[in-house]
Amino acid sequence: MAHKHEIPSLDESFEFSSSSKRKLIISAIIGVVLVILGYFLVAKFGHHEAGHEAGAHGGGHHGATVFSRLVANLWMNSVYFIGISVVGVFFLSYNYVAKAGWYTSFKRVPEAFPSFVIVPALIMLGLFLYPETRNIIFHWTHHGIMDPASENYDKIIAGKSWYLNFGFFLVRMIAYFAVWYYLWIQIRKNSLLEDEYNDLAYYNKSRFYSKLFLIFFAVTSSTAAWDFSLSIDTHWFSTMFGWYHLASWHVAGLAAMMLTILLLKDHGYLKAVNFSAIHDLGKLMFGFSVFWAYVWFSQFLLIFYANLPEETIYFQERLSGYGGRYFWPFMFNIVLNFLFPFLILMARESKRNVTFLKLATVSILIGHWLDFYQMQMPGIAKDQGGIGLMEIGTTLTFASVFVYFIMSQLSKANLIAKNHPFLEESLHHDI
Amino acid sequence: MAHKKYIVGIFDDEDVVKDAVGKVRGSKVKIQEVFCPYPVHGLDHALGYDRPRMGVPAFLFGITGTSLAFLLTFWTMGIDWPMNIGGKNFIPFPTNIPIVFELTVLLAAFGMAFTFFFMEGLGPTTKPVIFDERSTDDKFAMAIDMSKNTLSDAEIQTILKESGASEVSVKEI
Repeated sequence: MAHKHEIPSLDESFEFSSSSKRKLIISAIIGVVLVILGYFLVAKFGHHEAGHEAGAHGGGHHGATVFSRLVANLWMNSVYFIGISVVGVFFLSYNYVAKAGWYTSFKRVPEAFPSFVIVPALIMLGLFLYPETRNIIFHWTHHGIMDPASENYDKIIAGKSWYLNFGFFLVRMIAYFAVWYYLWIQIRKNSLLEDEYNDLAYYNKSRFYSKLFLIFFAVTSSTAAWDFSLSIDTHWFSTMFGWYHLASWHVAGLAAMMLTILLLKDHGYLKAVNFSAIHDLGKLMFGFSVFWAYVWFSQFLLIFYANLPEETIYFQERLSGYGGRYFWPFMFNIVLNFLFPFLILMARESKRNVTFLKLATVSILIGHWLDFYQMQMPGIAKDQGGIGLMEIGTTLTFASVFVYFIMSQLSKANLIAKNHPFLEESLHHDI
Repeated sequence: MAHKKYIVGIFDDEDVVKDAVGKVRGSKVKIQEVFCPYPVHGLDHALGYDRPRMGVPAFLFGITGTSLAFLLTFWTMGIDWPMNIGGKNFIPFPTNIPIVFELTVLLAAFGMAFTFFFMEGLGPTTKPVIFDERSTDDKFAMAIDMSKNTLSDAEIQTILKESGASEVSVKEI
């Protein structure tokens, strides 16, 4: 409420200590060790009747191996973390375009996220350019699949060749990464200049780049969803998929932002961020969990209701396919992403309570990891999928490097954007 | 019905009335209500009102809607007159979700509207009490119920004037 309150100092610099650097590097290495360990354990003792030889020749398109599982892990974690990163620019952009002021006190947090985009981008480009991994991930890249003379010919996939072909796909991928990253650099640069020289021109420039980003992202968030996740199950399609994918990215990004802010506050930073701003961010998190559930359920219900074999196969694979190994990830997906955050964040006070918020963010972050897992793993790793050391290791490594990037970005500038024209609004934000 | 005696202070400015509420309450005067042309941020806090617990009835109405919808769909489609639709179960859970959602929203919305009417004593025949018509235009009216205060008329009028009221009047309603 409107009590008179003190505004804490706006000069805060985040120190990325060498001990936390060391910890992050160690946990990244532990992740890699876990992956190697998991890989050999599964290769030695796991059930892989399909054998290695099936995946070895580029044309083979049925047998999945332990290697497929590793590739699936790298791909799904890349897609998950690139989403969280790029949502940083997305969040800034829609707030800039809406001339919003409430978020400016913690603006440096989403601003730090997109610096990580390059890492998954390089991994994804590598996985796509290397023929063997490309064939493991994408059905449509298999040799001769679009050639009527070939025995691999698939009429339905050939009909999508105008969109799903090597050249266009590569161009699209590079365009997404390059433009997202470039527009982030511009917004970031202007924000840092604004700190130094108090001038409204930087705000206006940031707004200009935000508009460009929103226009570009409006299209590319959907096309990226088709490319990165939908085209794995090449035969299947869903018109809801772009929104579903974006909703998943967005709410995971919001949860990551919230968790970063709360942890920074725990360590005595971001004193100027008041609980009204956090409450509003919590509302967004709550709202977009519900939005995700709405889109997810709409997609499911229509397919369930229509009951057409070529559509239901997608859910068949997840609910009972491959010995039912994807059933629990599929079910936990809804619990962690919708039911739990919905119930726990419903009350007003819980959106102002650090413990409740942390529970909800962790649930959403794990939940959306599972969401991408069940989107991509059945198509890539097929009967080799599972959640074990390999998955934990890959995610740990990605998360450590992600946190490393964010922390080094945060340490590069004042933690509060102190010359942002709407900063006062955020400091006195009161709901 | 016996007439009730009120003292009404008229204020010209949002900030003045908000400060005045504090001063008047500080002098042990009970305020009946403050009428404003628009919502004044922080006024409810100054008046010492508790945060309304609207969420509780809303949740209860909502959950009633959810239960009724499940009862309706399960009973009609699955038990009373089972119908085979597309070879699905007689109680196909996903199919019922839209109905469950709609009835939850409907009952929560209606329930809250009627809760509001009930709590505010509003109905088709009730006549609202208007202390000063200008409070729907550009003035802020603070009403003080004399039967609930021990201070005399003159004392309260002085307190109101001192805390910034532009005019003070006595009303019997």
